[in-house]
Amino acid sequence: MTSIVDDIAQGELALKRRLTAHWETPHNWLGWLSTVDHKALGRRYIYTAFVFFLLGGVEAAIMRVQLARPDNHLLTPETYNQLMTMHGVTMMFLFVQPVLSGFSFYLTPLMIGARELAFPRLNAFSYYVFLLAGVFMYASFFVGQAPDAGWFNYTPLASVKYDAGFNIDFYCLGLIYLGIATTVGAANSIVTILKLRAPGMSIDRMPLFMWSSLTISAAVIFSMPPLTAALGFLELERRWHFVFFDPTRGGNPMLWQHLFWVFGHPWVYIVFLPATGMLSMIIPTFCRRPMVGHAFMALATVATGLIGFGVWVHHMFATGLPQLSLSFFGAASMTVSIPSAVTIFGWVATMWYGRVVFATPMLFALAFIVQFVIGGISGVMTAAVPFDWQVTDTYFIVAHIHYVLAGGTLFGVMAGIYYWAPKMFGFLLDERLGKASFWLMFIGFNVAFFPMHITGLMGMPRRVYTYSQASGFASMNMLSTIGVYILAVGLLLTLVNLVRSRAAGVAAGDNPWGAGTLEWLTTSPPEHFNFAHIPIVKSREPLWDGGFTPGPAFDDARLTPRTSALDAMLERPVEMPIDSVWSVAMPVTLLLAFGALLVHSYAWSAIGIAASLFCMARWMWPSSATVLETEV
Amino acid sequence: MTWVLEPHSAQSRAVAHLWWWMLAVGGTIWLGVTIVMLVVIARRRTQARDGRVVYDTTASPRTERIVASATFGTVLILTGFLAFDFVVGRTLAAHPQRALKIALTAHQWWWEAEYVNPDPSRSFVTANEIHIPVGERVQLELRASDVIHSVWIPDLQGKRDLIPGYTSTLWIEADAPRVYQGRCAEFCGLQHANMSILVIAEPRDAFARWAAAQASAAATPPDAAAQRGKRAFENGPCATCHAIGGTSAYATVGPNLTHFASRRTVGAGVLPNTRGALEAWLISAPSLKPGVRMPTMTMYSGAQLRDIAAYLASLK
Repeated sequence: MTSIVDDIAQGELALKRRLTAHWETPHNWLGWLSTVDHKALGRRYIYTAFVFFLLGGVEAAIMRVQLARPDNHLLTPETYNQLMTMHGVTMMFLFVQPVLSGFSFYLTPLMIGARELAFPRLNAFSYYVFLLAGVFMYASFFVGQAPDAGWFNYTPLASVKYDAGFNIDFYCLGLIYLGIATTVGAANSIVTILKLRAPGMSIDRMPLFMWSSLTISAAVIFSMPPLTAALGFLELERRWHFVFFDPTRGGNPMLWQHLFWVFGHPWVYIVFLPATGMLSMIIPTFCRRPMVGHAFMALATVATGLIGFGVWVHHMFATGLPQLSLSFFGAASMTVSIPSAVTIFGWVATMWYGRVVFATPMLFALAFIVQFVIGGISGVMTAAVPFDWQVTDTYFIVAHIHYVLAGGTLFGVMAGIYYWAPKMFGFLLDERLGKASFWLMFIGFNVAFFPMHITGLMGMPRRVYTYSQASGFASMNMLSTIGVYILAVGLLLTLVNLVRSRAAGVAAGDNPWGAGTLEWLTTSPPEHFNFAHIPIVKSREPLWDGGFTPGPAFDDARLTPRTSALDAMLERPVEMPIDSVWSVAMPVTLLLAFGALLVHSYAWSAIGIAASLFCMARWMWPSSATVLETEV
Repeated sequence: MTWVLEPHSAQSRAVAHLWWWMLAVGGTIWLGVTIVMLVVIARRRTQARDGRVVYDTTASPRTERIVASATFGTVLILTGFLAFDFVVGRTLAAHPQRALKIALTAHQWWWEAEYVNPDPSRSFVTANEIHIPVGERVQLELRASDVIHSVWIPDLQGKRDLIPGYTSTLWIEADAPRVYQGRCAEFCGLQHANMSILVIAEPRDAFARWAAAQASAAATPPDAAAQRGKRAFENGPCATCHAIGGTSAYATVGPNLTHFASRRTVGAGVLPNTRGALEAWLISAPSLKPGVRMPTMTMYSGAQLRDIAAYLASLK
């Protein structure tokens, strides 16, 4: 005799089997390669970004050895410049942005109660473009011609007259190619967040990490075009003697700086805001209460993204622009710190009114705040134009950006890893190793980067491959080098932790931290379809106050519900595409197009573009089944 | 050693003053945030990890008021910084109607300084070292010949870029007679690290003597070795790049060497200007400053190079 409970359990099992059949990726190499599962691709994004992070870290570690002592001859100036440039390019373009995208692509559907991103094949496409663009740029080391004009690549130094090798071509073509991935990834996030939220998750109930993803995705859409234009102009000037930047032929080198920083400053927020979004998820969980001023936190995020477009000239205060424009941009740069201040006050108030749980993610979050406040204050200082004239292009700025992007973003990512790894992998991370890793990283980071404020004030410029004994910079530089190595050991401990905890295999359970948002409703790791029943959401932290009910299963096909953009009213379930080799093949054909351009093989480049168009057509080709089922 | 916070001019003093204020206010804010967090951790720590302990789900009106007033305080502080910033900006921009003008042109990787005088016989060109009279605001007219550079003398003034195609102005002054270390601050290629400039501030009369000496023609060779060196210089590859006033060498690709021996360094700060350093530089500049435009002088014999060194060392 079977009870009703058993019947329900049987029914649930059958449902999960049907959903698995719809959502599972085939278990073979082709399935592995062409999967569109946002969880698999999100993890791959994170792994790949970490490989690039290790490469960028090794570059930094080598440079720190060169700079540890005065008049050191470990590196030639050319090698130093290549390492310095690739460290910047790697960290900015191949680590922080992709790793944050990885978290976003992994977590977005889980946080909003969806089963996929809006454009799953586009997600596979953007991952492979990112991977291949990174490989393309790193290939430059094998021919000894890595980019060497700094990550900001100012002309005329980057023009063919002063840099005739392939170095800058790798930079330009690699970044145009990578920009495709960044742009389509952002479009994917925007549509997903606006259209695929679970019924009832109106925009004011949306988690704060989603607000930062939405904000930075919009910023990416508007900030990538100036970069792509600048890179295209430079490549046209280098290859075909067009004139954009060359002052001897009527061009203007300031054009590059404006285009680069119109992109570059929003980019700083693009690689920073998602980390604040992560903290806004982690802090409420470990303070056991909802975020204080949730709406203000969301507004602050959006405001930062908007004001971030109006401050680019603060990278150019020393160029001799008219005083009036300097005053304007100085004031704008101070304004942008107001929403950041709101964010910090919101976090601290949440802690004040909550109960702090001292777990590893929270430790990283606390360090983030302590360090980011330092980076924020040094940022406000440099918004004061006369002070900026003293410290710009010195180690003071090196300290500032690392306090924001390493002390901030990197520590945010570390907090995110310790927080969401149990969800991604299904096992708990060792807390003792985690805390040891944290303390080493915290101490190492501050020993490495705090002294750089002082080296900068002492007069040490950035981007120098050596300095003299007489300069007096030696002891501070030695300290920085020691700090970097402590930081590296701390980081390696986290890798050890991941390996050992995996071997130990302590099951995490669905919600190890007792968090309140939807991603913790799924199993750890989540099943292929994320949610067997799409939750109907009634509150911001549905797992805390019971603000959700299990909704429809949508198990007739590979379906996820589409809802209205603001109120998340159910519109209809939409069918999601299955795996496709064409969205994986297209990045390869695009690589052919860009790689052929690099070596002046225009015929092959044309073939690459034609092949890409063919792949795109095959990718978009509607299958007969899809045509029939769109009108459910 | 240089130090932004040991200012030697009204301009850098104003900036240092601004810094100390911003540090005091900023440091207080940082301490405040950190202390609040430490207090919170000490007082309201809990071991509970499950979802049981959920505190007040709504923020009390007081919370929002605290956050709002902290934000308002931030705005006030920023406004204060901004006003201070504008006042300091005015101090920096102030300058006299008539002043000594030095046209400073940056090259990869050295500085060319032309003292511009309406009387051409009193104009002269020197390199990598400028002299200024103490206590006077001096106008630097900035240009770049190749890529973007930036001139920075931390003790005296903030930096200003030198951008090809643009002319910009920077006013500097020094209030004590001293040698001030300056350098290029904008990444400009292989030898960005070795592109120093010295600013030598001296009393008015000492400066005038120096300027008069610089405007004169080069010294005649005092001995046979220097004479041979002069001939080798004029007839060999040296003269394709360098100029020496009053001789047949007048090229402007490299630094003007008319009064080379009066300068303190060789190679824009790579070596002190001693006889030994000069000979090493003449034999193989690229091994001392990789990437430098000056080639290894394989076309001269060792004896000729020693003669050229003797000649250059006589150009006081």
